Amino acid sequence: MEQANSGQIVVPRAARRRFWTVDRVIAVGMIVPSVIAIAIFVYGFIGWTGYVSLSKWRGINPDFTFVGLDNYNRIFGTARFQTDIRNTIVFTLLFLAGCLGVGLLLAILLDSKIKGEAIFRAIFLFPMALSFIVTGTVWQWLFAPGTAGDPTGLNLLFQNLGLPFFQDWSTTASVLPEWQPDFLRTKLGIPLAMVPVVIAAVWQMSGFTMAMYLAGLRGIGEDIYEAAKVDGANDWQLFLDIKLPLLQPITLSAVIILGHISLKIFDLIITQTGGGPGNATDVPGINMYETTFKSNKYAEGSAIAVVMLLLVAVLIVPYLINNARTEVDR
Amino acid sequence: MKANPPIKTFTTTKIRPGRILVYVVLVGFSIFFLLPVYLLLITGMKSFSEVSLNRMWNLPVNLSFDSFAEAWKLLQGSFINSLSLVIPATIISSLLGSMNGYVLSKWRFPGSEIIFTAILFGMFIPYQSILVPLVQFLQSVGLYGSITGLILVHVVYGIPITTLIFRNYYAGVPNELLEASKIDGAGFFGIYRHIIFPLSVPGFVVVAIWQVTSIWNEFLFGLIVTNSPEQRPVTVALQNIAGSQYTKWNVQMAGALLVAIPTLLVYIFLGRYFLRGLLAGSVKG
Amino acid sequence: MRSFNRFFRLTALVAAGLMLAALMAACGDATATNAPVTTAAPAVQATTSGALPTSAAGAGGQKLEIFSWWTNGGEADGLNAMYGVFKKKFPNTEIVNATVAGGAGTNAKTVLVTRMQGGQPPDSFQVHAGQELIGTWVVANKMEPITQIFRDEGWDKVMPKLLLDQITYKGEIYSVPVNIHRSNMLWYNKKVFEQNQLTPPKTLDDFFKVADALKAKGITPLAVGGKDKFETPHLFESVLLATFGPEDYPKLFKDTKMWADPRVATAIATLNKMLGYANPDRSSLGWSDAAQKVLEGSAGMTIMGDWAEGYFLSKGAKPNAEFGWAAAPGTDGIFMWLSDSFGLPKGAPHRDNAISWLKLAGSKDGQDAFNPKKGSIPARTDADKSLYDEYLKWSIEQFGAAKLAPSIVHGAAANESFITSYDNALNVFSSDKDIKTLTQALNDAVNDLSK
Repeated sequence: MEQANSGQIVVPRAARRRFWTVDRVIAVGMIVPSVIAIAIFVYGFIGWTGYVSLSKWRGINPDFTFVGLDNYNRIFGTARFQTDIRNTIVFTLLFLAGCLGVGLLLAILLDSKIKGEAIFRAIFLFPMALSFIVTGTVWQWLFAPGTAGDPTGLNLLFQNLGLPFFQDWSTTASVLPEWQPDFLRTKLGIPLAMVPVVIAAVWQMSGFTMAMYLAGLRGIGEDIYEAAKVDGANDWQLFLDIKLPLLQPITLSAVIILGHISLKIFDLIITQTGGGPGNATDVPGINMYETTFKSNKYAEGSAIAVVMLLLVAVLIVPYLINNARTEVDR
Repeated sequence: MKANPPIKTFTTTKIRPGRILVYVVLVGFSIFFLLPVYLLLITGMKSFSEVSLNRMWNLPVNLSFDSFAEAWKLLQGSFINSLSLVIPATIISSLLGSMNGYVLSKWRFPGSEIIFTAILFGMFIPYQSILVPLVQFLQSVGLYGSITGLILVHVVYGIPITTLIFRNYYAGVPNELLEASKIDGAGFFGIYRHIIFPLSVPGFVVVAIWQVTSIWNEFLFGLIVTNSPEQRPVTVALQNIAGSQYTKWNVQMAGALLVAIPTLLVYIFLGRYFLRGLLAGSVKG
Repeated sequence: MRSFNRFFRLTALVAAGLMLAALMAACGDATATNAPVTTAAPAVQATTSGALPTSAAGAGGQKLEIFSWWTNGGEADGLNAMYGVFKKKFPNTEIVNATVAGGAGTNAKTVLVTRMQGGQPPDSFQVHAGQELIGTWVVANKMEPITQIFRDEGWDKVMPKLLLDQITYKGEIYSVPVNIHRSNMLWYNKKVFEQNQLTPPKTLDDFFKVADALKAKGITPLAVGGKDKFETPHLFESVLLATFGPEDYPKLFKDTKMWADPRVATAIATLNKMLGYANPDRSSLGWSDAAQKVLEGSAGMTIMGDWAEGYFLSKGAKPNAEFGWAAAPGTDGIFMWLSDSFGLPKGAPHRDNAISWLKLAGSKDGQDAFNPKKGSIPARTDADKSLYDEYLKWSIEQFGAAKLAPSIVHGAAANESFITSYDNALNVFSSDKDIKTLTQALNDAVNDLSK
């Protein structure tokens, strides 16, 4: 809408038609500090990381000898890194699905004029106040499997309910479906051990998703419902044809906010599973941290970081560009 | 709620089975959400010799608050640190976000969308990956090892999310309002002060809640940027309760609860405004 | 209205300017303001400015900053006991206790690395003696050799020669071992063993016999953890030691060709068989949860370093009544050691104090103050045995008599990049038990040995 000065709301006075007014210069000036900060802290550091990833730096002292893509070659060849990529994708998809599903369900239920809404809302929202470190510790305990026939934690509860199906999920190395192409050193599919981690993460973030959806539902005017009801729509049609489409922008925002949490997930997994069993819940963040700070392989660690960033970019940049474009067109 | 009785009884009797199902599902989810808290509480009230995975659901034999006292002793100093970190960092990043949001929604210029996108991308950086250059940068400006440095880090990495929320929030403010004000002679700051800022309170609440919780709960920067024991934030102190060899879970869980209290209070008291702020348009994409 | 607007614009600009200025001032003053306000709680950055030291020494007295990951429990008590001894000797020196926990030691390492790279080392830091120190810090030329202190203090006479050999790099020693832990230890539930007329297994063959007997009674023979990511690797180092023996085992870290030796495959097969007798939920348990299983009698044995004793005692269990110990099967008469030590980083801000600290760390007083509380034995062989509990007395004797071998997992035998890959390979094996993958991953890891 506001490309250059076309489409600007017409204001009678001639001076106002000028695009670069003093005020606009001030406006640009006001965001300069943020832009500089982001330029250094985001792009400068990314650039530095990219530079290191092409070097030979190993050990405490920097060594910036250029080695091309050697480090990338090496990390992609390891079973651990291949597993990490699989895990990040699986975790992100399950986490998004879980949060959006649970969040939407709870929002719809809370929106159906029930008693005690405030209490339920507080209960669903509070996990967001906790740190992932606390969440990880507690859920690690809840999913501790115990021995066969003598389960502990949630498994004990499930067994008492006659549902002993969880017990080995947090300790199994199985992957569903177990598909291993010849060129890979890892199995493709959903590692079952990832499910408890996803549950913990959904526990923490679905309340937030609920709040967003609830806000969205409240934002839809009553008149729209009334109109639809007059047209003879039932509850289900009302939901599918009116609510869902109107909630779509909220879903997109939620995907972005949840997506950035999920692609960076680190604290939760470190505390809940430490990446185990084996590497079944390992993610690039943990691998990168260990490679850099434990093994002192700075160049390889940076290469992992760059791949993580590219992964994020692949998922996010199309959205950002699309977002920017629609904003302009609006 | 003050409803008028006849209509209410009519609607509730009409869809009763559905209603019951709604409550059953809600209560079920509530149990799921509260279970971990129950575990934190009872483990915190146990003595270390009583702590065991096999008996984790059992109530403590002797109710004791010793774990809480022990945890508090280890955490109290860092509470002050975290407060002196969270408050300025939240205020500065909210103000910056509000200003950026104002500019990027109401004072667009060629390239402003690209700048917005570029800022937003900063949200997705995995923080572990930039630790080395971050520390080197902070050292070069003399801020490494201080709470001021940590504030700076949280402010900068808070810019993307605060800018996003405020920009979307201000997008909902009608341009006509601004134009009218311009005709009245208001300039950049005049409009901000008289129109935008007064409308921003719900937006500030959302941003503040988000920033307070994420900064309070952040661990990695706190660990790396403040390196002396006198300056570490609560999350790092909480991790330090665990020994390197084995963990006293009762003290750990008690500490976890203590650390969570400030943010829980924020949610309990401001939760309503949080929803209201989201409702006021800050979530629209 | 207009004038007000202009006024507001101006004030806002001024305010913004002030904020920036305040921020800059805060940057510049970070060191200066900290000094007067927090005299009792000194900040570390006093060293950033070159002009400060003399005035700081005059005003705040002497300082000594010790960096460790001993944050809580017996190890923190032991460290504080050593501080107590130090303060008696140097009452005017203020000790800054910089500790970092979590992430299985990785967090502490990360903080240390970023500080050292930025040229702000602590005065002395805790590090595992051996390759963890050498492979990371000594080769990077960040440490001062302290061989002379060993000679001056006569430590070369009271510490075992084999130990000193194993921590020497190109003729120099770089850290003072303050304690010794033993890795190759088997812990068992005494009551369970008595009820079933079992004795702790001496050899690997014995182990499987005992394991079968326990299994028949419905008791998990071997409790293994996994959550802390070092338990299976720890078990495997004992198996490697049992398979190679004390002469050949250290060669694994000198000659990479040794990893092609068929005995590696034998060791892997043995480990695989052992894991068959272990609890399947191991990946979700820490080593202490595994020890707890032994204590509660749901498992018979666990193979873990002798910090497990500290855990048993903290749970109120009685040594030789509720829990018993022996060398890990097949390693009787061999002491696989690991040691916490302190070194002298180049550029230590209070070098003289650091040297006093190192002298204390190697002294009889210092070691006897630290070790009874930490639950480890002194690196010196002349310690006052009466201060130590039953197990530690036994361990002191063993340390004096047994053959010494360095631990892999705990930093003595190999550098950290090897350890990281080795640990990961064995953790994966612990869950998928895929021998081919393990062999391949170990071969990858061996590449890191030579670097």
